[in-house]
Amino acid sequence: MKIIPFLISTALTAGLVFLLNNSWKIGGNNTPLFGAFLSPQHGFWQNAEAVNSDFSDELSFPKLKGKTSVYLDERLVPHIFAEQENDAYFVQGYLHAKFRLWQMELQTHAAAGRAAEIIGDKALNHDREFRRLGMVYAAEIAVTEMSKDPVIKSECDAYTEGVNAYIKSLTESTLPLEYKLIGYTPELWSNHKTALLLKYMSYDLAAHEKDFEMTNALSFFSAADFEKLFPYKQDSLDPIIPKGTSFLKQTVFPVAPATADSAYFKQPVQAAESQKPDMANGSNNWAVSGSKTKSGAPILCNDPHLGLNLPSLWYELQISTPAFNAYGVSFPGAPGVVIGYNDSCAFGFTNGGRDVRDYYEIIFKDDSRKEYLFNGTYHATNFRVDTFKIKGQPDFIDSVAYVKLGNDVCPVMFDKSFGGKRTDNSKNYAVRWTAHDPSNELRIFNQLNHAKNYADYQAAAQNLRTPGQNCVFACKNGDIALRTQGNWPAKWKGQGDFVMPGTDTSYLWKGFIPQDEVPYQYNPERGFVSSANQKPVDETYPYYIGRVYPLYRGYEINKRLSAMNNITADSMMQLQTDNYNCFAAMAMPFILKSINAASLNAGEQQYFSILKNWNMRHDVGSVGATVFVNFWKEFETAVFADEYAKAPENVERPLESTLLEAVLKDSAWKFIDNITTPQTETLADNVTAAFKKAAISCKAAQLNGKLVWEKYKATHIDHLAKLPAFSRDNLPIGGGTHIINATRDTHGPSWRMVIELTQKTNAHGVYPGGQSGNPGSKFYDNFIDTWATGKFYELWMMVKGEEKDSRIKWVMSFTN
Amino acid sequence: MKFTISILVTAALSFATCLFLPWWSIAIAAFVVAAVIKQSAAKSFLSGFTALFLLWGFLSFYISSANGHALAQKISLVLLKMDNVWVLIFATALIGALTAGMGALSGSFITPRK
Repeated sequence: MKIIPFLISTALTAGLVFLLNNSWKIGGNNTPLFGAFLSPQHGFWQNAEAVNSDFSDELSFPKLKGKTSVYLDERLVPHIFAEQENDAYFVQGYLHAKFRLWQMELQTHAAAGRAAEIIGDKALNHDREFRRLGMVYAAEIAVTEMSKDPVIKSECDAYTEGVNAYIKSLTESTLPLEYKLIGYTPELWSNHKTALLLKYMSYDLAAHEKDFEMTNALSFFSAADFEKLFPYKQDSLDPIIPKGTSFLKQTVFPVAPATADSAYFKQPVQAAESQKPDMANGSNNWAVSGSKTKSGAPILCNDPHLGLNLPSLWYELQISTPAFNAYGVSFPGAPGVVIGYNDSCAFGFTNGGRDVRDYYEIIFKDDSRKEYLFNGTYHATNFRVDTFKIKGQPDFIDSVAYVKLGNDVCPVMFDKSFGGKRTDNSKNYAVRWTAHDPSNELRIFNQLNHAKNYADYQAAAQNLRTPGQNCVFACKNGDIALRTQGNWPAKWKGQGDFVMPGTDTSYLWKGFIPQDEVPYQYNPERGFVSSANQKPVDETYPYYIGRVYPLYRGYEINKRLSAMNNITADSMMQLQTDNYNCFAAMAMPFILKSINAASLNAGEQQYFSILKNWNMRHDVGSVGATVFVNFWKEFETAVFADEYAKAPENVERPLESTLLEAVLKDSAWKFIDNITTPQTETLADNVTAAFKKAAISCKAAQLNGKLVWEKYKATHIDHLAKLPAFSRDNLPIGGGTHIINATRDTHGPSWRMVIELTQKTNAHGVYPGGQSGNPGSKFYDNFIDTWATGKFYELWMMVKGEEKDSRIKWVMSFTN
Repeated sequence: MKFTISILVTAALSFATCLFLPWWSIAIAAFVVAAVIKQSAAKSFLSGFTALFLLWGFLSFYISSANGHALAQKISLVLLKMDNVWVLIFATALIGALTAGMGALSGSFITPRK
């Protein structure tokens, strides 16, 4: 034996293995473990799914009570047929995990403020903010509440067991790709994680109030100017519940404190959330009654507008049990069908968008935060001590104060140690949020999946507390309905638009709008119900419901539906993908009237002629849409930049509808004049100046070959880890803000569904993604092109006896 | 002949160990083969190297072909910042080859002299 060469060689071998078996920081990025990652039997090659991959399987788990068969169709949509209802949820959990595990864990880690465990200290601010908002606290309350309900408890338990059955079956080689790439492994699922996912949806849909921004605006502008910039009334409003509807007599009477006008903070607030859910998290839904359709059967349509990502937020499936048979999309991470239909009816949602999160300024006795002032005396604070694991770094410990305001326990989200995106915060703000209140949201999906008629729907809907939603319903018996459902605090006018004093009971919420005073419509005379996140009711509704709502999609949908008769599923699909911009149509006359066309040079004239001849549609290929969007951006700047020049950071800006409605009413609106010049500017000056600037941006876009709308807008669907190679960019799709087809750059219709409730349901749907979350699968993004071109898939509610249908490609069987 | 047998046995043993053990078990497999089948140090290294170059090259190519090279294309963009499946397959083969070659070299030194 040659000792010395042996030792040298063995050491070199060990060194090489060490090098290849660890992650290294190169150029600021952590490399994968190259040896493990590139090994054909362990690494990413194992995720390169064969194009003719066989998904059939026979599985057995002792937890199951009976037999379940899963028929996977050509789009990889599972049709789950279970003898026992809870087995169906077990299998749903198993399938969610099999196809979407990484995404499920990432989303719940993000919700729980644990992103830094995976991506390091750059996520610490996010993590602290989420825990300080009480996301984990809220999920704990939700789990307690779910556990009190035996039906939901066993549903969730079965779902969790299914997810874990899959996780336990994983080996190094079958781990989802992203775990291999980033270098970590999944932990087991729990009901708590399901609750976290639901709270994440609450965050996404019920946390975009503007309290800090509005308070800063109020502190900067005069009261009169504030009312002009942020009016309560919207002229073009066509509310969800039509004008003229009579409401039940008010039974809860919120009273504004005597100091409300003067005490409302007149100084800018310093904290600011470092992130906000997208304001455009909204949706369209409507149902038309048989009186307006060609077939005589109701048609229900829904397209929820959310951030678009890969893997998609949605997972499509059919669940068939002895008790119900439902088809639609589900959240990977939660049991049941969320938006879809069953053998009797169809259901869908749009966001309610009301303000259910308010901030209160808290006064602590001293910097220890151990006591806070409330109703004249000091009370002891409760602390929740949170430990943050950070990848590659020592743990971080944060203690969050919880104060009791009246009956509500509220986390002090911002204090000296945490100012969100601000570093110089010196005040304390506690957050009162309905998502902290006990509720059992999974019940609504369970009951809707089982629903047979309007009474079932009504009972189901009332379980939905936060996020409040406009729940649309249609039934084969001809009924249509829509409830503006939620747990809505009964507010006095202006309550919670701004940060409020939290030192006594006077500014606290005094109650909630009783469920029977929640506005709804049931078989209205006009033959349809609809919602598109506009204000749910007009000013005759007795409760205050806030002032920030988008107007135009709802306006356009109602106008179209009113005019339509002999409606078919096809015409509904066309409407859902329509690119007409009614906001632009309302604006164009004043633009053309005011602009000083003679002062435009030849280059500007060219764009002006494009705008003049534009058909107000944001279709693929449109150049007018790009010119208009650029013009409006510059027009807003021309009108408001001078007034806002010295405004505090993080200040609210007026809605586009506010500016349009103001100039339509008053061409000499106060803000049109540029206050930094001695002369008085006119609307014509602003319009012309804005157009000249827009022409410069358009020219630049044109030189880059991006003047056509779809290229200018550049819709892209990013992988959740923002890896460009796993993302899809430059999708050829029209639409945009204010448009029924609300597709923006990274945001838009995350699921489109049109359900005609004929005797045999005629159902269509599509989402921008694919059933598999594996970037190495051909089912990863295979729906995207169909979605982008405005096409739909026929949804197949499989029935017993169709097991041999040619659409079925694979069968998975689950037994105990 | 010994050389060819070493290559074949190393490849077969590596494939088998990787069904149960981590990727670096290829170094052990190559080590064992080189310790048992006596060759010069250079030849041992070369047989370990060749065995895994061929095994990992073939396996990754085979898997990737069935996938239409779709994932390899994406991963090559992530890791190599270029769209080249062949370079990725080559890199895979090379990493396996070097590890096994070094394992075999180490193993060759404990072969008892006849």
